Amino acid sequence: MLKISNLTARVAGKNILNGVDLEVNAGEIHALMGPNGSGKSTLAQILAGREDYEITGGSVLFEGRDLLALPPEERARAGLFLGFQYPVEIPGVNNVYLLKAALNAKRKAAGEPEVDAYEFLALIKQKMKFMQMSESFLTRGVNEGFSGGEKKRNEVLQMLVLEPKLAILDETDSGLDIDALKVVSNGVNSLRDPHRSVVLVTHYQRLLDYIVPDRVHVFSGGRILKSGDKSLALELEKRGYDWLQESRVA
Amino acid sequence: MSSKPQDVEALIGRKYQHGFVTDIESDSLPPGLDEEVVRAISRKKQEPAFLLDWRLKAFRHWLTMREPQWAHVHYQRIDYQDISYYSAPRTPANAPKSLEEVDPKLLATYAKLGIPLHERARLAGVAVDAVFDSVSVATTFKDKLAKAGVIFCSFSDAVHHHPELVERYLGSVVPAADNFFAALNSAVFSDGSFVYVPAGVRCPMELSTYFRINAAKTGQFERTLIIAAEGASVSYLEGCTAPMRDENQLHAAVVELVALDDARIKYSTVQNWYPGDENGIGGIFNFVTKRGECRGRNSKISWTQVETGSAITWKYPSCVLRGDNSVGEFYSVAVTNNYQQADTGTKMIHIGRNTRSTIVSKGISAGHAENTYRGQVKILPSAEGARNFTQCDSLLMGAKCAAHTFPYMEVKNPTAVVEHEASTSKIGEDQLFYCLQRGISQEDAVNMIVSGFCKVVFKELPMEFAVEAQNLLSVSLEGAVG
Repeated sequence: MLKISNLTARVAGKNILNGVDLEVNAGEIHALMGPNGSGKSTLAQILAGREDYEITGGSVLFEGRDLLALPPEERARAGLFLGFQYPVEIPGVNNVYLLKAALNAKRKAAGEPEVDAYEFLALIKQKMKFMQMSESFLTRGVNEGFSGGEKKRNEVLQMLVLEPKLAILDETDSGLDIDALKVVSNGVNSLRDPHRSVVLVTHYQRLLDYIVPDRVHVFSGGRILKSGDKSLALELEKRGYDWLQESRVA
Repeated sequence: MSSKPQDVEALIGRKYQHGFVTDIESDSLPPGLDEEVVRAISRKKQEPAFLLDWRLKAFRHWLTMREPQWAHVHYQRIDYQDISYYSAPRTPANAPKSLEEVDPKLLATYAKLGIPLHERARLAGVAVDAVFDSVSVATTFKDKLAKAGVIFCSFSDAVHHHPELVERYLGSVVPAADNFFAALNSAVFSDGSFVYVPAGVRCPMELSTYFRINAAKTGQFERTLIIAAEGASVSYLEGCTAPMRDENQLHAAVVELVALDDARIKYSTVQNWYPGDENGIGGIFNFVTKRGECRGRNSKISWTQVETGSAITWKYPSCVLRGDNSVGEFYSVAVTNNYQQADTGTKMIHIGRNTRSTIVSKGISAGHAENTYRGQVKILPSAEGARNFTQCDSLLMGAKCAAHTFPYMEVKNPTAVVEHEASTSKIGEDQLFYCLQRGISQEDAVNMIVSGFCKVVFKELPMEFAVEAQNLLSVSLEGAVG
């Protein structure tokens, strides 16, 4: 599904990714953990096609295609979804309108017919119910005046509608209370499928109680320092990140 | 059965003879402006003495005035002696005979704007006789208006058939000597529109619908006068989303609105005149004076404008809130791209008690354009309990454009409440990236963000135009980002 090889990148003259290697197979869920500023979010942004970073080396293959050669909208249409850490507000643009445009852009790219308003309304209502969102979200502007938790739910709602092949969720669990965390986790788990992969960027082990990962990676200094199974996350929870960095120096 | 069809025919015949379409012989005056030119215009139009006197007074005053320099716009000096102040409309002889002869690029723009097929021919200037559909539709509308007692005709028609109304109201809101361009217009105006809605009558249709189908070519110096008598209401839409080509570079129109007790006037403008090319060559100079007076108690005047055209826009639709409890509103979207310059805004003059005004201005700049909001809120000592709310937001696309806000406030009554909010934002990289990441194309994303920004104004437009206006915005900003 996704194969990152020796990826290096910098921003404003500062190296921020220092040789990332990561392979995510279809059907797998990976968790990316690590201290603040280690480059996790940068990696997520680069994969989605944000232009603020200079890629200095390495490669990224997405289903065998050179991902870095595609503009962001084509990556999205090819099935890559980024759940934003800080979803932006777009005043006056209807939340549902944006989502319908997104779905239709994807369907059009795949040579499928566009959904009409009625079909779409039925679909979105069903998904909103699943995400326990009130129908008032149908008429509100994109993230306009949403609370932190509502924004994150909205991200997962979009993911459920767009059904991506690869979802990268950047701290989607931050700022959620325990009930919201369950709802969001249910959303992610409902997408679990042998043909679909998820990369969770998170600080907290507690998310992994609800979404059980196949692999856990510790990110530090712009690269993956250590990889393991879900027990690695528990160990991190117990011991923090310092022991890893010490062992690296040693 | 016997008399009715004849009445209708008489009506059509009359309108066709004197009305919107052609009533001017095919001659022009040579360039230049002096008193004799003013007299000649009045003579050609066979105007009554009061109007000639009025024109002459305006002209003499104009001679003492200087072109205003305070607006934030730059242009080459206009040579007023180099303009012909009376020119015949283009003759059908050189007009295209059918849509097949019209520039395909223009037709593509109409299609993008979603303009109904039967209107495209007229907009493209296809000879009037060829546009059968429109004529019959317009006839039905005329009938409907006449039944309701609404007078809606060309200004020249009104001068001949309702001189008492013209004499009473002309210049009563925008005096002939009001400003340089208004004085010039008063001296030499060629034609325009006249609306009178009698007491208690709700105009049975949006005058927009009618206007779109029957509008004649806009003159260089247009004059519009709309009167809503006690308890009357009317909604009027001027202009068109379709790009209007015009040979005349200088446009100086005057619009006057009068609302008596409990009357309502909603005046919407969509202005899309030729803005010049992407290097700033050519384009219309649009110097307009628009003012409405809420003369009666509980009256309301609402201006909504979507300005995307013209090289230079100088325009401040205003409300004089004289009647107690009267309400003035101004909703504006002004888009400037390439080298366009717009200095636009409003004036709200509160005179009566408990008068209220709302100003919502959205400026969008792209390319090298300059976009200025200039607004005045004036609360006179008599305006006990007056309220104003002003919001002006600017959106910048790219690094070379500029937005300016000049709010003027003058509050002379301590019970008044005046609120002002302003914001300037760049079209968010974050917003754009968010949309792209959802698979939406750059162009669609920009349209979506800009439309969202303008939404509060668009919802004030008559329904049928809101969609077109939105399309117009995207056409105007094509390629502005990326």
